[in-house]
Amino acid sequence: MRVGIPRSLLYYKYLPFWKTFLAELGLEVETSPLTNKKILSWGVEVAENELCVPVKAFYGHCMALRGKVDALFVPRVVSVEERAYTCPKFLGLPDMVAAVADQLELPPLLTPKLNQREKPREFKWQLINFAREEFGLSVLDAVSALEAATRAQKDYQKSLVAGRTPLDLLPASRLNRPRWKIEKKERKRIGLLGHPYNIYDGYITQNLIARLEEMGADLVVPEMTDHHVLMQEATDVPKQLYWTYEKEIMGAVNHWTRNRMVDGVIYVLAFACGPDSLVQVLIEHRARTHNVPLMSLTIDEHSGEAGLVTRIEAFTDMLMRKKKPAEAVA
Amino acid sequence: MKVTCPHMGHLHWMLDDLFGRLGVEYVKPPPTTTKTLTIGAKHSPEFACLPLKINIGNFIQGLDMGADTLIMAGGHGPCRFGYYGIVEERILRDLGYDFRFMMLEPFGDGKWAFYKTFETLSPGSLSLRKLWKILKVSFTKGRAFDQIHKRTLQVRAYEVNHGDTTRALREAEKMLTQAFTTEEIEEAGREALALIDNVEQDPERRVLKVGIVGEFFLLLEPFSNFGLEEALGHMGVYIERSVWVTDWIAPGRDNKIYGFHKDIVDGKAAPYLNHNVGGEGRETIGSIVLMAERKFDGIIQLLPFGCMPENIATSIIPKVQRDHDIPVLTLAFDEQTGRAGVITRVEAFLDLLSARRGLSLVGTNA
Ligand code: SF4
Repeated sequence: MRVGIPRSLLYYKYLPFWKTFLAELGLEVETSPLTNKKILSWGVEVAENELCVPVKAFYGHCMALRGKVDALFVPRVVSVEERAYTCPKFLGLPDMVAAVADQLELPPLLTPKLNQREKPREFKWQLINFAREEFGLSVLDAVSALEAATRAQKDYQKSLVAGRTPLDLLPASRLNRPRWKIEKKERKRIGLLGHPYNIYDGYITQNLIARLEEMGADLVVPEMTDHHVLMQEATDVPKQLYWTYEKEIMGAVNHWTRNRMVDGVIYVLAFACGPDSLVQVLIEHRARTHNVPLMSLTIDEHSGEAGLVTRIEAFTDMLMRKKKPAEAVA
Repeated sequence: MKVTCPHMGHLHWMLDDLFGRLGVEYVKPPPTTTKTLTIGAKHSPEFACLPLKINIGNFIQGLDMGADTLIMAGGHGPCRFGYYGIVEERILRDLGYDFRFMMLEPFGDGKWAFYKTFETLSPGSLSLRKLWKILKVSFTKGRAFDQIHKRTLQVRAYEVNHGDTTRALREAEKMLTQAFTTEEIEEAGREALALIDNVEQDPERRVLKVGIVGEFFLLLEPFSNFGLEEALGHMGVYIERSVWVTDWIAPGRDNKIYGFHKDIVDGKAAPYLNHNVGGEGRETIGSIVLMAERKFDGIIQLLPFGCMPENIATSIIPKVQRDHDIPVLTLAFDEQTGRAGVITRVEAFLDLLSARRGLSLVGTNA
C-alpha cells in the first residue's frame, strides 16, 4: 500500500518521523512535489477563501497525490507538549480535508490523533494503537516502528541544531543557488522568523531564502537553536503561550535579541494566521525594546514578487548601512 | 480602585449586579459605537479579529473615564481568545496607559486563582463561600436576562405593532435590574417573560424560522453584527441562536439556555467535525445539524473575519448543507464591513428561503 504525505504544514517539522514510522509499518511512502503554481491554485480553488495560504497549499498537495497513492496521511496533531496546542487548523485538518474528499475524489485518509496535552507520553500509545487498528501490527512491532521513527527525528533535529536547515536536509526546495556577490566581512546576519511551512516553501515565499542569501545575508533560523532553549526563552510573558509553534517563534526572537545574534529580523507571517496576528504584537515590541530592526512580511497567495524584492532590498540595504556590527555571543 | 471590562452584549447587566454585590466601583465603558471601533482598530494589529479591536476601544474609553483596573476573561486555547488579554495589555501599555491588569481564568483551571482575582478586587471581607454565593445570585440574574432576550427573538416575528416587543424588552430589563435576592430575581424573571408574551401578536402569521450560529462575540454583541437579530425580527423572522452569555460562562451545564446539552451538540457535529477546535467551531456544526433536523428554514453563521474555529466550520458547512438540505449564509465581519452590504445579502437569503417554502414574508415594517 502506498501512502502519500503532503509537502505542506507539519511536513517540515516531522517528515523524518512520519516517513520512517510509515515505512516501518510496511507502507510505501510518497511525498507530493514542491509547491508549484498548479498545486497552489488547486488549493485556492477548493479552500475557503479566508483560510491561510499554507492550509490552502495543503489542499493542493492532497490533490497532487491523487491517483498516485492508496491513502493520504493527514494526522490530527492536537498537541505536541503538555498544556499546549498547535494551531486550531491542525486540530480540524482531517475534517476539513474529509469535507472535500468526495468532491475531489481523494483517496481514503489516515488520520491518527496525536495529543500530548494531558499526558506527554500519550502520543506513543496513540500511534501504537493506530498501527494495530489500521494495519494489524503487534504491539511489539509497533513499538519498534516507533523507536525507529523517534531515532530518525532525533537525528534530524541534531543536524538542525548543528546549523543545517530543513532545506538542506529535506528534499531541497531552493529554486536557485545563491551567487555570492558580497564579501564575507560585509555580510549581515539576518534572523528569519516564521513557520517552517512558510519560510521553507520556496514557492509561497517567492524564493525568499535564496534572495536573501544573494543579497548577502547569513541566515539564522529558529531550528538552529535547541528546542529547550527556545522554550526557556519564551517565558518572559505573564501568561504562557499555549500554541507550541508560536512559542518557538517567540523563543527564537528573544534568544537572538538577548544574545545579539542577529543584525536584523525578517518575520514572515501568513495573511489571516490567527496565532501570528497576536504574537506579532509581542515580537515587534521585543525587537523595538532591544533595538533590533525588524521587518514583518505578510504573505498570501497573491503576494507579488516585485513588492517582495523591493522590500527585502530596502531592508538589507538599511542593515548594510548600519555601521556598528553586533557582537556575537552565542 | 475603579474596575472596567469590555462589553459583550448584555453581559454588563450581570457585571453591574456582580460588582455591586462585591462593593467594587465599576466603570462601565460607554456603549460600543462606531467611535469605539475606530479607536480600537487604530491601535490594534491589522489582522487581529474584530472582537479584539472592539475590546481595545472599550478599554481605552474606560481608562479615559478614570478606570485604573482592567479585567479580561482568559482561557487556554486553542482559539485566540484566551490570549487576547495579554496582547491587549501590551498594546495599552505601549500607548502609555498605567493600570492594574487582571486576567480572569476559568474556574475549572484552579478555584484558588479564580478566587484570588476577586480577593484582590474586594480585599479583606471576601471568603470563598461568600464569593460563591454572590456568583450564584448574579449568575441567576444573567440567566434571567438571557431568557427574556431569547423570548424576544421569537415573539418579535409575530408582533402586530412595530417596536412593541423591543419596548416590552426594555421594560423587562428594567424590572430585572431592580430585583436583588434570588427569589426576587426569579419572580421578576417570570413577570418579565409575561410582559414579552403579552405583546400583541398575530398567531396566523407565517414566519420563517432561522437559526443563528457562529462565534460567541459576534452572536452576543449586537453592535458587531449591526443589530441583525432585531432587524430580522422586524422582517418577520423567528430566530433561535446557539450561544448565550450564561451558556458561554458556564458551558456544559444541563439546563442550557439554548436547550441542548453540550454532548448532544457535539454528537451531531461528530460525523463532520470530530474534535474540539476551540471557540464555537464544533458547536456551530452541531447546531446546524440540530436546527436542520428541527426543520428550520435556514441558518446564518456569523463570525469575525479570520476567526480560526469558525473558518474550520465554514470549510465543512458545504458538506453539512448538502447532506441535510439546509441553506446556510455565512457572514464574516471586520471593521470595513458595511451595514448595507450585510442587509442586502440577508434579504437575498430570506428571499431564497421564502421561495423554498412558497411563502411571502409579512413583517411589521414590510
Ligand atoms: S498557525 Fe497560522 S499559518 Fe499556520 S495553519 Fe494556523 S492560522 Fe495558518
